[in-house]
Amino acid sequence: MSAVKVGILALQGDVREHRQVLESLGVEVRQVRLAAELEGLSGLVIPGGESTTMSRLIQRFDLLGPLQEAFAGGLAALTTCAGTILAAREIRDGLPDQVRLELLDIVVRRNAFGRQRESAEVLLEVPAVGSEPVPVAFIRAPAIEEVGPGVEVLASYRDEPAAVRQGRHLALTFHPEITGDPRLHRLFLSGL
Amino acid sequence: MSQNGHVETGTARVKRGLAEMLKGGVIMDVVTPDQAEIAQEAGAVAVMALERVPADIRAQGGVARMSDPSLVKAIMGAVSIPVMAKCRIGHFVEAQILEALGIDYIDESEVLTPADEENHVDKWQFKIPFVCGARNLGEALRRISEGAAMVRTKGEAGTGDVVEAVRHMRSVSQGIRRLQGLRGDELASAAKELGASLELVREVATTGKLPVVNFSAGGIATPADAALMMQLGCDGNFVGSGIFKSGDPLRRAKAIVQATTYFDKPEILAEVSEGLGEPMVGISTRSLRPEELLAGRGV
Repeated sequence: MSAVKVGILALQGDVREHRQVLESLGVEVRQVRLAAELEGLSGLVIPGGESTTMSRLIQRFDLLGPLQEAFAGGLAALTTCAGTILAAREIRDGLPDQVRLELLDIVVRRNAFGRQRESAEVLLEVPAVGSEPVPVAFIRAPAIEEVGPGVEVLASYRDEPAAVRQGRHLALTFHPEITGDPRLHRLFLSGL
Repeated sequence: MSQNGHVETGTARVKRGLAEMLKGGVIMDVVTPDQAEIAQEAGAVAVMALERVPADIRAQGGVARMSDPSLVKAIMGAVSIPVMAKCRIGHFVEAQILEALGIDYIDESEVLTPADEENHVDKWQFKIPFVCGARNLGEALRRISEGAAMVRTKGEAGTGDVVEAVRHMRSVSQGIRRLQGLRGDELASAAKELGASLELVREVATTGKLPVVNFSAGGIATPADAALMMQLGCDGNFVGSGIFKSGDPLRRAKAIVQATTYFDKPEILAEVSEGLGEPMVGISTRSLRPEELLAGRGV
């Protein structure tokens, strides 16, 4: 078993699917709902779900400070969909006081492609993980509308960046975890 | 899209996928755009747009139908979280109308008066996902075979009495555990008994879980109720009349959201349960006549 410990922010969302992918890669996984559970982690997955719900829970249970401290201390984030909204520097079409972790220099628009009828399964080309496209799902997905100079774009969908990396943080607007392709999780783990 | 390959909407995976994203959350019944905003502010993962909450449908009687599209649209315009709406069991035209409105999820619901006592909607024909109620494993598997991308307990809506939701959640879990204990050559007989396909029964016997998300619904009125259902193994909660029929909806809604996340932390549950004001009055399901029970609709 690897010494790498990865947490999943388990306030709400598709925690189980991320856990399955990470465990299939031999990683020790811990669900995080309390500040003390951040202790000793090298990576934290912020899953898909409803970003406004997670935001309210982070505020109510005073998790913003501990999360920011942990990231300042070197914790790396893998964020999918709602997680990427939370990780952004700026959120468009969010609630006025929605939590921003500002982990990446990106501007994200919520529900950028519309409602559920626009949700789609996509074979996405992500050259950083191989030539074979990655099967993923975009579900009421956000779009990354602007990226700062330090942000590397790894994949695009409908002419907007969909997978970006800045330092050790990897932010995706889609879900590789519900199709179960482990390559993006492996890419994240390789940077820890 | 030149750099991308295949794009496909309305697949089983994206329908079930939205339900996966709602896990650990609370879906709240709302009857006005203002209530929808309160629900969103409280941390709801989605709202159910209705003309009347189940408690009022129960009190007022008559035929309960799909809501007026203008109300559904007003609620969709008021919030940025997913919006669901109900159609009558078997009323595929109400479902077509809701799909045309661009709703995010359709609840084919026993809370409304059934339009067809034999058949449910053929949900595979729609790009929009459906959730359906189930009292036991057989009902759940039949709804999944018809294309439901999410199931929920029926409970007994509009009562504020959690007893039926508990019965239904336990019944589904017991049904799954029983299948896991059967030999392979016993599954065909079990499938027949459940009224479900052998393929689906085999899948559940192997994985030990339903292939779709399973929420609780019907009678959840307090944070403790919400946490009880989570500890019994549901993936999240629908709360109908319990919030906006209570004395302080915003506060109660927040507390139920918090209790759904921290369902196994009694210290937090104690804290969030404090001072919530009057709960909805409630009706014991034991006091209802058989014809007043909604859960027997659409088996």
